[in-house]
Order: sequence, then C-alpha cells, then structure tokens
Amino acid sequence: MPGRRIRLNFVNLFLWLLGGGLLAFAAYGSFLTLIEGRIQPNQWQNLIVAGVALGSVYALIALGYTLVYGILFMINFAHGEVFMWGAFTAFFAATALNDAGMMASNPVLAFFLVLATSMLVSMVVAIMLERIAYRPLRGAPRLVPLITAIGASLFLQYTARGFYGSGVRAYPDYTIFDGTISLGFLSLSVKQAVVILAAVGLMVGLYLFINRTRTGRAMRAVSEDKDVAAMMGINVDRIIVTTFAIGGLLAGAAGILYTLIFNQVLFFMGFLPGIKAFTAAVLGGIGNVIGAALGGLILGVVEQLGPNLFLSGYGVPSPNQLKDVIAFSVLVLVLIFRPSGLLGRKENT
Amino acid sequence: MTEATTREAGSVQVADAILQADKVTMRFGGLVANRDVDFTIPRGAIVSLIGPNGAGKTTFFNQLTGMLEPTSGEITFEGKSLVGRTPHEIVEVGIGRTFQNIRLFGAMTVLANVMVGRHVRMKSSWWGSLLRLPAVRAEEAETKRKAQELLELVGLPRRYEEDWAKNLPYGDQRRLELARALASEPKLLLLDEPTAGMNPGETAQMTELIKHLRDELDLTVLLIEHDMKVVMGISERITVLDHGELLAEGRPEEIRANPAVIEAYLGKQAASE
Amino acid sequence: MSPMVRRALTLGLFGGIAGIHVSLVGIVNTFQTRDLIADIVTIGSVIPMLIAIMVGWLAGRAPRHAAELAAPTALGAGAVAGAVTGTILALLAILVDSVSLTWILVNARPQLATILQFEQGPVVGSVLLIAGGAALGAAGAVLHILPGAIARSIAMAGIITIIVALMEPFIGAVLRNVELRAIEGFLYDSGGLTLPGFILVFALIGAGVYGWATRGDRARARVEAMPPDRRRAAKIAVYLATIGILLILPQIVGQRLSEVIGTVGIYVLLGLGLNIVVGFAGLLDLGYVAFFAVGAYTTAILTSPASPVFTPELPFWGALPFVILAAALIGLAVGAPVLRLRGDYLAIVTLGFGEIAREIFKSAWAQPVTGGAQGILSIPEPIPFSRDPQSIYYPILFFCILAAIAATTLASSRVGRAWNAMREDESVAEATGVNTIKYKLLAFGLGAAFGCLGGAFFGAKIGVVFPDSFNILVSINALALIILGGMGNIAGVVLGAFVLVGLPELLREFAEYRLLIYGVVLVVMMLLRPEGLLPSRSRRAELHEVKDEDDDDMYADEVGEETGRPVVTA
Repeated sequence: MPGRRIRLNFVNLFLWLLGGGLLAFAAYGSFLTLIEGRIQPNQWQNLIVAGVALGSVYALIALGYTLVYGILFMINFAHGEVFMWGAFTAFFAATALNDAGMMASNPVLAFFLVLATSMLVSMVVAIMLERIAYRPLRGAPRLVPLITAIGASLFLQYTARGFYGSGVRAYPDYTIFDGTISLGFLSLSVKQAVVILAAVGLMVGLYLFINRTRTGRAMRAVSEDKDVAAMMGINVDRIIVTTFAIGGLLAGAAGILYTLIFNQVLFFMGFLPGIKAFTAAVLGGIGNVIGAALGGLILGVVEQLGPNLFLSGYGVPSPNQLKDVIAFSVLVLVLIFRPSGLLGRKENT
Repeated sequence: MTEATTREAGSVQVADAILQADKVTMRFGGLVANRDVDFTIPRGAIVSLIGPNGAGKTTFFNQLTGMLEPTSGEITFEGKSLVGRTPHEIVEVGIGRTFQNIRLFGAMTVLANVMVGRHVRMKSSWWGSLLRLPAVRAEEAETKRKAQELLELVGLPRRYEEDWAKNLPYGDQRRLELARALASEPKLLLLDEPTAGMNPGETAQMTELIKHLRDELDLTVLLIEHDMKVVMGISERITVLDHGELLAEGRPEEIRANPAVIEAYLGKQAASE
Repeated sequence: MSPMVRRALTLGLFGGIAGIHVSLVGIVNTFQTRDLIADIVTIGSVIPMLIAIMVGWLAGRAPRHAAELAAPTALGAGAVAGAVTGTILALLAILVDSVSLTWILVNARPQLATILQFEQGPVVGSVLLIAGGAALGAAGAVLHILPGAIARSIAMAGIITIIVALMEPFIGAVLRNVELRAIEGFLYDSGGLTLPGFILVFALIGAGVYGWATRGDRARARVEAMPPDRRRAAKIAVYLATIGILLILPQIVGQRLSEVIGTVGIYVLLGLGLNIVVGFAGLLDLGYVAFFAVGAYTTAILTSPASPVFTPELPFWGALPFVILAAALIGLAVGAPVLRLRGDYLAIVTLGFGEIAREIFKSAWAQPVTGGAQGILSIPEPIPFSRDPQSIYYPILFFCILAAIAATTLASSRVGRAWNAMREDESVAEATGVNTIKYKLLAFGLGAAFGCLGGAFFGAKIGVVFPDSFNILVSINALALIILGGMGNIAGVVLGAFVLVGLPELLREFAEYRLLIYGVVLVVMMLLRPEGLLPSRSRRAELHEVKDEDDDDMYADEVGEETGRPVVTA
C-alpha cells in the first residue's frame, strides 16, 4: 500500500533477516568466486549466453501464465503440460520427417513443420483444457480451479506417458543448426541464436497483437473488467479461449526451442520448466506481458550463472545441482521484497 | 437524548472525544482520496459521515479500521494512536465494524459467526484448546451464552442459531453482522450503510435498533449512510465529506441549512441529469 | 426428437474418446491379465463395456428441467449412444490392427485390437462391438426406466462386484489368513471371481443396497428417536468396536497387508496434517513433502549409526522430540515467506519449497549431513528388535488416533473457528479480530508437526531415507486423498488414504495408472463434488454457495481487496 510505514514485527523481521541473509550469502559468495578467479572469461560468456537462451524459453512459457492470469486471475497450473504435449508430439513429426529425408533435403521447411506441429498441438491442448476443466468452474472459490488445474496437469502428464511411453526420446539433430556464430567478443552456437531470435520474434509479435489488433484490445478490455467488456459487446468467452490458444501457441513454440537446447523429450519434461516459468511470471509481475519476458530472461541467466557465481566461491561441490534451488530462492526474495514483481502494478500489492 | 448532544458541539474540539482524526490524508498514487480531514467523535454520540459518491467516505472508514494506513496524519482512539495497527489490533482496542455489502462467514452457522466476533475477548490458547482444559471449556460455554444473548439483543430468533449464515433473509443478515461486530465488545461501532437495500419498514426497525443498542451498551456509533431520512433521524452530529475534504460538520439542522452541502448534493444531481 | 439424437450422438462420441483414451494409455491391455469372472470375462474387456453402459445411462437421462423420458425414447437414445461408442472403438481396433502405430503410441499393439474385438477377428469383432455397444447402451438407459431403488441396487451391485473381483489379492489374502480357505476357494479362481462367486456377490450386494434403500430411512429414524443417553451409549459402542477392530487388524490381515496398512497410516497422518493447513485454514500447501522429508531426515540423522554426523545415536523415541522441534522450525520457515500471499500464489511457492528441500537433501553440498544421493541407511526400529510390519503398525495407529483427536478438538474450538473464518474470507476475519498471521503460522506449524511425524515413521518403517522418496508426488498424494475424502473431515481423510494409497499398493495394475487416476479424481471431484465423498458440514455449504449465488458484489467496494491478485493483508 502506498504510504504504508514499515512496521517492525516478528514476521517482518524474520523475513528481512532471511532475505538479507540470502543476499549477503550470494554477494559474499560472488566476491569469493571473483577474487579466486574460479570462472574463466569465456565461461562467463558461455553461461550468460546459455542463460539468455534458456531464459527466452522460460519467457515464452511465462507469457502463457501471465496472459491467463491477467484475464482469469487463475494460475493455469497445467500450462507446463501444454508445453510438454507440443514438444513430445512434434517429436514424432520430426522423426517422420527425418526418416523421409526431409531434414537433409529441406531442413528449413522441416523445422517449420515441426514447429507448426508443436504449436498446433499445444494450442489444441490448451483450448481443451479451458473448455473441459476450467470453464465450468468460472466463479468458483479460488482453490477449486487451482486443484482442477493440478488434476488436469497429472492427467495430461500421465496420458502422455501412457500414449507415448515412459522413456526419454532423443530428437533428431537439425544439422543446419550446427556450428557457432562469432559476433566480435561474443560467440554463440547457431542453436542458441535461433532460440533467442525465435523467442524475440514471437514476443514482438505478441506485443503487436495485443496492442494493435481488435482482438488484442478486446483482451485488454476483458482483463480490465469482464463485466464492462461484456456490456461493450465483447464476447468474453471467445476472448478467454483466444487467450488460452495464444498461450498454447507460445508454449508449443517454447517446446521446440527447448528441444533445440536439450535435444530430448520426456513426459515429465513440463513440470520444472512450468514452475520456473511461473516463477519468471511472478518475478516480472504477473499479468504483465513485458514483465514475463524480462522475468524469464533474468531467471534463465540467474539459473545458469548463479550456482557458479554464488556457490563455487564457498567450495560447494558440484554447485550446478543446486541451480533449481537458486531459481526458487529468487522467487522467495521477490516475494519478500517486491511481491508485485519487477513491473507489477503497484496498487495491487 | 444523551449528554453529547446537549453539549455545545459546533467546534472541532470536544471535551470527551472517543476518536479524533487529525489532518488525515490518503493518497493512491496521484489520486488524493482524503485530504487533511479533521474529525472528532464525541463519546456516546451517533455520528454520521455523509457525502456524494466518491467523496472518500469508505476510504476514511478503512483507515479507522486499519485496512488502510493514512499517508499522513494521525488518528487516536481514547488517546491511543491507531496508525500502524493491524485491523485485528484495532478490534482489540475497541472498534467494531460492519460492511457495506454484508460480509458474513456464509458457510458458518449463525451462532459461530457471532462467536468468531468474540474471538478477541477470549483467552484460550491453542494448546489449551488442544487439551480442552477446564478453563477453556468454561470460556467456550460462556462465549456461547454471550453470543446467544447478542442474537437476542439484535432480534434474531433462537431457531436460526444453527442455520448457515448465508441462508438468512437479507435483513437478518444485517442483524447478524451487527451481532458479530458487537461480540467484540466495541466502544465505538462503525456501520457502513446499515440500511442499504432495506425497505422503509426494515429501515425504521434498523434505525430503532441502532439507537437502542447505543443506549443499552453505552456505545458510540459512526455510520456512513446515503439515506438522508435515516441520517437526519438518527444522527446527533453529521460530518460531510466532498472530494476527499471536510466540507461541513455540525448538528443535523445545521447541515440541512448549510449552503455548501446543498450545493455539493444538488451539483451532483444536476450533473447526473 | 432431434436434440435427443444429437445428445445421444455427442455422448457416444465422448464415450468413444474415453474408450480410445483408456485403450491407448494401456489400461485395457494391463487389465487384460485380470479376470472378472475366471476364464469368462477379463476386466480389460469389461472396461469398454462399462463406458458403453455409462454413455447409455447418460443418454437416457432426462434433459435438465424436463420430465422423465418415455421408455422407448430413453432406450433408443441409450442404444444410439452405445452404438456410436462401439463404432468408434471398432474403428480404433481396425486401425490399430492394420497400421503400425507402436512407434508413436506404445500401447497401440495388435493385442489391443484382439481384446477390443473379443478375439473374434475384425469382421465379427466389429459387429459384436457395435451391436454390443448398442445393447449395453440400452441397458444403461434401462436404469432410468426401472424403479429408483432397483436401478440403484443393480448399479451399486455391479460396481462393487467389480471392486470385489479387483480386490482379489487383498480379500483372498485376508480369507487365507483367517483360515477361511473354503470361502476363498468358492469366491475366487486364478485372480478373478468364479461364476457362482460372481452371482453370489452380485446378489448379496444388490439385496443389501435394496434393503437399505427401502428400509434405511426407518432404521435411521429409529436411531434418531433413541433417547440422548442411549444414543450416546450407542456412539461409544461404535467407537469402541472400531478401536477393537483396529487393534486386531494386523492379526486378521497378515504380514503383507499390515505393511500396506502401515503405509496407509502414514498417509493418514500426512492427510490429517495437510487437512489442517488446507482444509481448516484454507492455505493450499503443495510443498507438504518438505515437512515429510524434514521429519524423516531428522530421525535418520539422529538415530542411524550410518548417518554421517551426530554420532551418539539416539533411540527412535529419543529423537521424536527433536523431530517436533524441527517441525516447528520448518513450519515457520515455510510459513513466514508465504504469509502475505493468497491462495494460488501460495500453492506454487510452497511447491517450489518442496522441490528445494529435495534438491538440497540430495546435493553433494549437503552430503556430509544428509548422505546426498545415497541417503541414510540403517535407521533403528521404533519397537526394539523388530521391523515387523505387524508391530510397527501400533505406534503409527497410536499417533493417527492422537492426531485425529487433536484435529477434531481444535476444529471445534476458538482456534478452529478462527481458521474457518479465515478460510472463508481472510480480510473479514482480520477485521473481526482474528490475528490471521498468527493463525496461519499455527496452521503451518501443526501441519508440519504431523507431516514430520509421518516422515519419522516413514524412515523408521523402511529403515532408510533416500532423497528421491520425497518428491512432489507425496504432496500430490496427500492432497488428492483429502480432496477425495472430503476436506475438513477426518473420516474422509482415512477413507481417502485407503482408496488412493492402499489400493495402488495392493494392486500392481493400479500402481501403473495411479497418478493418471489421481488426476481424473481431482478434476472430476472439483467439477461434480468439490466437497469430497465425506464432507464436513461447513465445507459443503461453502462449496455449494457459488452455484446459486452471484457473488460479484462481494468484491465491490473495499479498496485493494479480493482483486484476485496477490494482496498484502498485514
């Protein structure tokens, strides 16, 4: 609340100590790491580039959370599964294209076909989710749709496991994306460049869509006030479906970009990226589209860089095991110090 | 008629003030909802806070109950500052409230609603409750008895006790909310549009009830109300807010004759036509 | 007529999709190994039949706000719907048989087609599927035509008979254990019911349900007419009988089932604890596993000679006070950062905490304390010299009863009322004088205590702790069981634990689809019966208010409240 004086009670004290402690721990760890020179300059650069690439994927998923939250004020817990379904299903398209030799003969078209498959599947899953699981519960107490979402998430996960099997499947390699690009002091692999460019392109597209099109304006109107929007003649149901569809499309694209980085799919692959993307959305300020993009990037970089920077100075063995811990600690810090997120609307806190 | 009205009440300084607000200002970003509001409630009085829509009445109310904290200014209740206290601490010092759009615990019984209201006056600790110590059981029985008394006082029949609060008729929900607020043994009762949505008969009953409660329980009452008939009929003092600022303060007949107040209301009416 | 046909076709289509789903996730294949009636019908082939019956039943139901359908209409609608479902499955079978899809859909094996076609080949099989679907659909619709009590008895008898067949490993083991082999031999044969057994069970249960449906009210009335002291005595008698049965349970069910019941007991503890946090206080904690893990690890570190630190090893019971202490600390640590968050935010953040706990326990960094990925071995038994599941059952039972009593006592006290109020409307509770911060922390603390106790027994029961035992699924398990049973209700928690934890432990076939079933349970419960199977009174009132009330104006005027965004309350 604006104008609120800070009150020193037990809980606030505890939180400030916890937050301050975490920050101090990270700062001193970074200091140790830096003076001991544990990270080589090119390692720095690799970590940051990898972080940006991963962060772009998180950002695309986070957009789905944020768009839905902006309109329905609910967390679509199953969004990570939407992402997984696209990537997993497109695996079969990729395999088929590879077997047909198209990956070699016309790699660009093959890539776009796989991407389109993934986006389409994710979109369909997202729309069905809204229609079957969420729409009947609109207006129910807040925990009800959330529990439904958890159930839907399990259902989607284990349906994928039953349909496609429980093993890890390796994507065929897109040979066109091999190699590295050098931009002066910066060098990154072609795959990373593709991931970052594609993500940026999609985000710009989304931004234009929301700000320049009729449907985009209607989406904003619905997110401001559903009842007023309905009175103005906007079909609220259709806008909600559209929102889920767009979130699904972005998640499907994120799925393919994710497989470019990690090269494999698994029925469980949606879980962690899902909660991390949610974290990114909260970090940026949930409901805020630019915030989601920013949050994704920050989270990706912190996750890649954090373990080496904060922990290796203390001599922590294999610090990368703790990268998820660091990602979630970021969430805790945000919630302690800035619960509305970096770009969140202040009056909502 | 109580003491307060016989006292000269035209000035801001009142000898025995139960609540005093001093230059209370509330800003939301660029919007100023309350600006330098000075406000005094004499002990034992029934005071109304009126003003056109958007005048900042509810915002002011929310600052009294600790839901908002003033950007600047001071609010004291019996000499104790309220600024910086949480809502439950404010209930504890002796301010009870009802809500404009009734907010009961709908899925709790009528009796349980009132018993929650008594929460701050109970002493049982959680481990005492866990062990069902004799003192805890006695307190529980006492609370139940008090709650039943209060239900009777506000005029809710015994047979409603075990019903869901949300199943009560509208007027009775208002009464129940009143009983819940009274259960915390407030010295000052804040009522946010207590007769909203009521027909003339119910409104008259509610007005009588408020007066009766004030006399019976030695309360001081502050109410926000739109219905001018109610305001004029019940209030001993009236404070008018407009555009977040104090417009006028005084006895009903003074307010009725105040040109600034008339303009604020008529101006609004003219604009709406 | 036309809307009826359209409805029947739609329902048939949905049935077909459901049939495709259960076929392709592998349920049909898996349950093919289990007989419903020995050597006659397998459970795998009954599943599509059940779908057809269900679809027929739905199609024959009167549309909302309309009179009952005429018998021929209902039968026709049921038959159409069932036939559509049958047709879709017939097409699926032919597709699976003719095109090799196993590289995508691992269960689309020729075997699936064989099962779906009743081993009769594509032509006869398809005809059978479509005709059978129509017949079963009509049979489902018949339930609307029969008098209510009879229809209900048949439906219940059918469902319970299938469950009795499925439960063969459990019921059979119990019967063998109490030396009733003759009955076992009569009822069961090679993992399914015998034909006479099937008929007997079906008839008995049908008669029982019918009797209850027609005379149950009279019995209930008689109980209610009893004088208060007699009723009280009857109540006490029921309690004593329950406790008596619980005490001799391990002896009745034998070793292996005692083991399962021990696990169920641990989940009852978890459920009771989570129920305080979610059911009473309304804080959806998805990281409940963190408490469970802390309890197990605290016990392991303090008691196990194999633990890397803390060498003067404590006995199990000596470690328990420290477990409770650890619970209080972890409860505060998890509770404090999420105090200012509402509903769904809190859920995801606590989910994150659960993951953090596991990853920290697992990491090489924590290895000197927690053993890292290898975990900690040789935790001593709570009862000297015995890790026998029949005896470890008793301490678990003891703590379950204790926890149940504690939960009921608190629920009806000042504390319970405050939680209740907080769950319904946090800001009003605060404005009514409830210190919501304190009561949230208390809920987390008590929830943590139960969770940690559960963890301590979990560690002691299996004798080892591994970090990967403490994944998100434990939290989901605990959540699903309180939702199925009914939030806020203790009997519901016990029922939920038996169904969702006990059954999959017993039935290998279920274990495979456990989480899929959880997912369906959560969604279906929320859509149809959000208050759970055995709801508490107030929960039912709360969750049913939405459907008939427009609560938009609830959110109208208060500044900054209930905007659906994370809102700071304190």
